[in-house]
Amino acid sequence: MTTIDTHATGATVPSGSPSVATTSAEPVAVGWIGATDHKRIGRMFIGVSLTATLAVAVIGVLVTLERALTRSMLGLDIVPQMFSAYRVALIYAVLVPVVLGLAIAVVPLQLGSRSLAFPRLATMGFWTWLSGVILVIITIAANGGPNGGDKRMVEGYLVAQIIVVLGLLAAAGSLAATVLTTRAPGMNMRRVPPFSFAALVTALATVVGLPVLLSALIYNLIDYRYGGSAFGNSKLIWNHIGFGFTQPFVFVFAVPAFGIAIDALATATGKRLAMRGTLFLGFGLIGLGVMGAVTQFPADLRRNLFDQSFGTAMNDILPYLLIQGLPILGALIVFAVGGLALVKGRPRIGAGLVFGMLGSLMIFAGLLANAVYHIGDAQLGGTVFEEGNRILIAYGAILAVLGGIAHWGPKLWGRTMPDKAVMPLALLGFIAIALASFPYLIAGFAKQPADTVVFRILGDNGSITYVFDGPRQLWNVLAFVGHVLMAITVLAFIGLAVKSFTSDDDERRAGDDPWDGQTLEWATSSPAPTGNFAEVPMVASPEPLLDLKENAGRTA
Amino acid sequence: MLALHAGPAPAPRRQLFVGTALAGAAILTLIGGMLATWMRLRTSYLHGGQAWIPRKLIIPEVPTNVVLIAFLPLLLFAQWAVYSARRDDRTHTGLALGLTGLMGLAVINAMIYTYSQITLPIHGGAYNSMFYALTGTMTVLFVIGIAFTVVCLFRYLVGRSNDSEIVSAHALFWYVLAATYAAVWLAVFVTK
Repeated sequence: MTTIDTHATGATVPSGSPSVATTSAEPVAVGWIGATDHKRIGRMFIGVSLTATLAVAVIGVLVTLERALTRSMLGLDIVPQMFSAYRVALIYAVLVPVVLGLAIAVVPLQLGSRSLAFPRLATMGFWTWLSGVILVIITIAANGGPNGGDKRMVEGYLVAQIIVVLGLLAAAGSLAATVLTTRAPGMNMRRVPPFSFAALVTALATVVGLPVLLSALIYNLIDYRYGGSAFGNSKLIWNHIGFGFTQPFVFVFAVPAFGIAIDALATATGKRLAMRGTLFLGFGLIGLGVMGAVTQFPADLRRNLFDQSFGTAMNDILPYLLIQGLPILGALIVFAVGGLALVKGRPRIGAGLVFGMLGSLMIFAGLLANAVYHIGDAQLGGTVFEEGNRILIAYGAILAVLGGIAHWGPKLWGRTMPDKAVMPLALLGFIAIALASFPYLIAGFAKQPADTVVFRILGDNGSITYVFDGPRQLWNVLAFVGHVLMAITVLAFIGLAVKSFTSDDDERRAGDDPWDGQTLEWATSSPAPTGNFAEVPMVASPEPLLDLKENAGRTA
Repeated sequence: MLALHAGPAPAPRRQLFVGTALAGAAILTLIGGMLATWMRLRTSYLHGGQAWIPRKLIIPEVPTNVVLIAFLPLLLFAQWAVYSARRDDRTHTGLALGLTGLMGLAVINAMIYTYSQITLPIHGGAYNSMFYALTGTMTVLFVIGIAFTVVCLFRYLVGRSNDSEIVSAHALFWYVLAATYAAVWLAVFVTK
């Protein structure tokens, strides 16, 4: 065990710090409602969004089962609501909050900071987001939401979605300000750990990207309430706000997944990361997905592109490369830097690394699928291909975040999860994502429409001409199995996490530096106390703890 | 025993100013997104040969111009507050913040006057609902700006005058609002 003098204890933490105030004397409810400790705020986000992940996976099971059956199980009135609920919840009840939650919990520790910037803003963001999510669920269940039939509930949904966005904006703003302003002395931006930098990219992209969605929601709300002259009825709401729920915008929420993988990899190899500047450039390029929201430009390659004049072709190709292509380049750069780290040192395989790498691979597949989706000749618009693509990104990021929870769990709960039990879940999750997404990518090429169940396509609805003489049900059945496996993965992970993190077993009790880490979060006790560090550590390199260990080794 | 050296007390990194800058960036993309949608719909209406602005609509331009003009002294007062706060001149800071708030109220008053004079029902057309959504959002932002001014003023009145950062952040916030309103004024009240 590494004994260090940056342990924060109640006696040594300066009383002037806003985050130092102990919560032991205050009622439990107040401690949670007005939490100012970033670890607690992060845990609240993680806990609720993991529970939501389970619910979303169950909705995914129902939606895919509906598509696989020859007769409607849920009823035609409910199916559009299920699609809407799935789409909304996957991104704004699960993906964004779970990523922000982990970042809020971990980033101040990595930065050597005692506190989150504007912690009360982040707490307010959590409760605002949670209230909004509950309202979204209620309104969609009551025949509201996009495609909804009840006017009041559709309006209610739009208001609820605005509340959700405001909550997430507050949390993201707090996170971005934390990285920009609370770093330990000596920690310039190049010395920021990869996960924290990736979190900064996501937070900044969220701060500039989500207001564009907010603007669309405000317009739709006012217009829908007063006649719908500009944006039409509830069936058209997706046309105006859909960009906020799909690729390329959702890339920005997946950037920290790469950060988790690289951080876990660096820890596992015990070597210093090479080419940090290039790595950060890679994170930034993936974050360019925000251009999809800010520019509101589809950046598609039109059909028969090479029959067009050079100028016309370039008018398509350049924006396509910028918006759809650069994130792929970013991911390749991140993988290249990761590969270099693998070459330099033999990694100890741990849960964080396995989850992170498998999740990142799935996200990369999602980036590639998105590039294919925007090729006009592929004719994938309006098909389930887009959903398969979204599942790759969202579930991939969730898988990586599960790894992050296993990796940094000791700092949040003071316990470790058993690697032998956790790592098979990574593999199961990987298989689950592959099954839940790839069949839809294939079905997309066979023109299976996105928002319609199979039996309707082949039935009386003459407006849809989805006819494919291949094993059409097989894809939907495989996707169904994928969602079932994902639900099992998440449920098993939650069960294992609760069991491990609440265990009194000495075997589960984490040391201060259980993975032989390099960065500052491993320089305080496990779990990290309120205030994080007794004294703000001085940083002279990106791997301050490694410096210390090497110096100690030389001295010895 | 391994021990990391303790660092010096972290230098202030202008947390409130950075936070306000982030909020400003969010406001810019919010209003930017709204204006982009406005321009796109306007273009599609005009290209489709449809009337974009309802017939017989008279936009009271005087109060909308007054709002823009009011921003000149407002920004001057906000910057005066920054200047005074940096010199620890509590009297002038308080006076400047008070005048900023007063001009902010004048801005909101002019917006409300615009609404009272304009003959535009919120029902009945794309222009109508979008006009109220866009200018209404702008008005809400003005109210937030006034709230910021009041918070700033109260901090100074109760003696927390050693912190000039909040005054700088406050000025930045009003600069952002002025820039966004100038864009709205140009797109909605001038170009129409």
